[in-house]
Amino acid sequence: MILNPAKRELLAAELLEAEGLSHKSRSLTGDALRRLSRNKAAVVAIIVLVLLILAAFLGPYLIPFGYEEPDWAAFRMPPDMESGHYFGTDPNGRDLLARVLYGTRVSLAVAATATSVSVVIGVLYGAISGYIGGRLDAIMMRFVDIMYALPYILFVILLMVVFGRNVYLLFAAIGALEWLTMARIVRGQTLSIKQREFIEAARASGQKPFKIILKHIIPNLVGPVVIFAALTVPEIIATESFLSYLGFGVQEPLTSLGTLIAEGTDAMESMPWLLIFPACFLVALLMSLLFIGDGLRDAFDPKDR
Amino acid sequence: MSDRSLLRVENLTTQFEIPSKSFFKPPMQLTAVNNVSFDLSEGRTLGIVGESGCGKSTLGRSILRLLKSQKGRILWQGRNLLDLSDEEMRAARRDMQIIFQDPIASLDPRMTVGDIIAEPLTVFEPKLSKGERQARVREIMSSVGLVPEMINRYPHEFSGGQAQRIGIARAVVTRPKLIICDEPVSALDVSIQGQVITLLRKLRKEFGLTLIFISHDLSVVRLISDDVLVLYLGKVVEAGDCATVFDRPAHPYTQALFSAAPVPDPKLARNRQRIRLQGDPPSPLNPPPGCVFSPRCWKATEICRKEMPPTEQVRPRQSAACYHMDR
Amino acid sequence: MQQETKNDTLLELRDYSITFATPDGEVKAVSNVNLSIRRGERVAIVGESGSGKSQTFLGVMGLLAKNGRTSGQALLEGKDLLALKPRELDRLRGKDMAMVFQDPMTALNPSLRISRQLTEQLEVHRGFTARAASAEALDMLKRVGIPDPSRRFNLYPHELSGGMRQRIVIAMALLTKPKLLIADEPTTALDVTIQAQILDLFNDLTAEMNTALVMITHDLGVVAGLADRVAVMYAGRIVEEAPVDELFEVPAHPYTAALHASIPRPDQDVDQLAVIPGRPPNLQHLPKGCSFSPRCPMVQNDCIDVSPKLEVLAERHSAACFHPFPRREEVLNNV
Repeated sequence: MILNPAKRELLAAELLEAEGLSHKSRSLTGDALRRLSRNKAAVVAIIVLVLLILAAFLGPYLIPFGYEEPDWAAFRMPPDMESGHYFGTDPNGRDLLARVLYGTRVSLAVAATATSVSVVIGVLYGAISGYIGGRLDAIMMRFVDIMYALPYILFVILLMVVFGRNVYLLFAAIGALEWLTMARIVRGQTLSIKQREFIEAARASGQKPFKIILKHIIPNLVGPVVIFAALTVPEIIATESFLSYLGFGVQEPLTSLGTLIAEGTDAMESMPWLLIFPACFLVALLMSLLFIGDGLRDAFDPKDR
Repeated sequence: MSDRSLLRVENLTTQFEIPSKSFFKPPMQLTAVNNVSFDLSEGRTLGIVGESGCGKSTLGRSILRLLKSQKGRILWQGRNLLDLSDEEMRAARRDMQIIFQDPIASLDPRMTVGDIIAEPLTVFEPKLSKGERQARVREIMSSVGLVPEMINRYPHEFSGGQAQRIGIARAVVTRPKLIICDEPVSALDVSIQGQVITLLRKLRKEFGLTLIFISHDLSVVRLISDDVLVLYLGKVVEAGDCATVFDRPAHPYTQALFSAAPVPDPKLARNRQRIRLQGDPPSPLNPPPGCVFSPRCWKATEICRKEMPPTEQVRPRQSAACYHMDR
Repeated sequence: MQQETKNDTLLELRDYSITFATPDGEVKAVSNVNLSIRRGERVAIVGESGSGKSQTFLGVMGLLAKNGRTSGQALLEGKDLLALKPRELDRLRGKDMAMVFQDPMTALNPSLRISRQLTEQLEVHRGFTARAASAEALDMLKRVGIPDPSRRFNLYPHELSGGMRQRIVIAMALLTKPKLLIADEPTTALDVTIQAQILDLFNDLTAEMNTALVMITHDLGVVAGLADRVAVMYAGRIVEEAPVDELFEVPAHPYTAALHASIPRPDQDVDQLAVIPGRPPNLQHLPKGCSFSPRCPMVQNDCIDVSPKLEVLAERHSAACFHPFPRREEVLNNV
């Protein structure tokens, strides 16, 4: 049977025009963000986090008190609306609200820096190790294993002893330990991405290995990396708080949530507000990050598609 | 169409190491491609047929050196690809491209279609400006029947047939000489298969391409190929001019294969002589001694089970490896 | 090859439709299908993606997804399957109807030995004792062509090849001596030579047991080798129904003709392959008139407004088209 060729060409052309121009382009990340926005808990958590961040960075400008000057008129004062010390003051007369906001700022800065360091080092390390494979991979991963085996706190204490107490060192120390887990996760992901056909296609196109890692492997890691980073931040803040509580972290007069909680715990019975407010902030921060991390994991999960 | 040899494969063998299940045994060697030789002239299309485990996909990838352990010679325009350094091989890839079976899996889900098609250009023609590159990409998109306005879309927004067109566009954008098509239509709907095959034929003519077409679907291979290789368990059991091999198969496996292929004609289906093969294809991990086909072959005799038959000319442009072939 | 058919109908679908409720609205996967299958008959259902060929019979077997709803009637020997309670349907499903899928692992439990899976069928549906069930199961394994069945009887599914697994699934299906066997693309994932073996098996066993066979496939070659009658589906409707010889020699519906003209053959050189432009239909955006009209080379004005119903063109040959191809009498005289 013979189909009318002219008619066929015409139809073919028309169909080509009609194909798929009806909706806007949707990238995978766009899809994920859309899914995230439907997750109520995550949205609330994002709002809380944003408020906390705004408060921490802008708040201090709105409060008449600084975080380190004592108010000679108000020592050890419980929360009091009239005097303007909404959170009360500490034994040195410093306004607690200002200190809490400032402390939050420091904790966030630590978390952001440490996470960035760990992401950058961890992703590059894990991707290279996973993609190259073979002996290099084995050596690189053994190094990670050894680092893992070192007792964390001891390591930090050693650094402190050698280099002195320094906030920047704190960031570096924490970042230097978090990248290990990120590297492992990234390596695992790289191993599975490496098997996928589009990587073979890239090799067939003559692409150099490092370019393949940068252009193809790393962008496809976005999901797991973002999720892990979001879930690590609470851990980093908690670690920083713990170190500061032990006396290794942030030094006077700078403060962090951990330091505040440490001070608050000491005076728990006589001045409970010194503990309650920083603790609430810490809990709010950690929980919002956890919910966001959870929400991101659901949003990036391909099974939902 | 010249008679110049573009690709000449001599005694190519590709092996894989399979880690053994027990701690004490050494890893096993799987010979996926076993001593394969053929000669492909410029402008011709070579079809490679066989069932699963025959090594046809592995052969395609071996020719492009996408795999590791290979022996033999792959003479591309006179040079042995297996002797080239990594740098030289990467440069050679400009002229040898591949189209994959699963159209969507072969496209990076995080890149736009435009970037995917442009990638070979960024590697081999880095001096092009962004505008020039875009223009080339749009041009090739039109050639393969894609709407150029879709250049910023992502792979998952396309159907299987369109995704395969993207893969084809990527493969031809640098105007290669050879394209290896690895089951390019097997994952597509029947009516779309025809579209993609027609596209390949059109591009072949337009760009003067030489193709290696790998498929388990005999009908499609017959349609597009000039010559054909029949593989069984990594060995070439029959080779020759397509029409000759299909109409007068000499090797028993080829005969069984064609006999088993369903034919869309009820009268023919009822009346034709059917060869019913028994059993399953053997595992490449455990190849039989002697002729690889002997366990299932109805003509097998003592010598078949002892020694692999040599390849002999059956008639002009047809050769087979069998002690009892039909002439 | 023509079966000696008693003139009683085994399965009859009357005005049968399936609708799915999706977040984007309702999708009619199957529209107003009318089809009868006689005892022992072999009917092939041909179609591509979106044709509804699989969903039709998944619905009959009660295996639709949760958001699917059937309407119309599906009468098995007069009993409406769609009106049955789930438990009654389960009983019938195991006993009188059986279904085989493309992936044998759909029906096989990877953690049970096949002996257990086979005997279970017999013990539950036909009340066999354990010993009798084993014997019958072994016998069936021989009949489906498993070499050395007693050795393979106690293996797990993953220890067998794809072809073997499909044979076992067929054995399981036939053990209960069903009146109707539905096979959904059973050989699509198999190698050509294994496919031929499995198709032969379907051919031989259904003839032996006088089981009616519904073969769902996209492969016209498979249809030609196995079917007595063929129903071609497109966008959820039957667009043509005819005895197999007539379908190939004098197709009436342009889709059937185009499909036939667009597939290459292993035994002939084809110069011009017809190409069906466009893509398989999007069931959520079907055109107002004939669903094939956007791709039909013969489309006329009246095709765009009204969707054609299945019209009888000749005895046992119907097509849903306002402008079917004319039948060439001299060809038919030689059929």
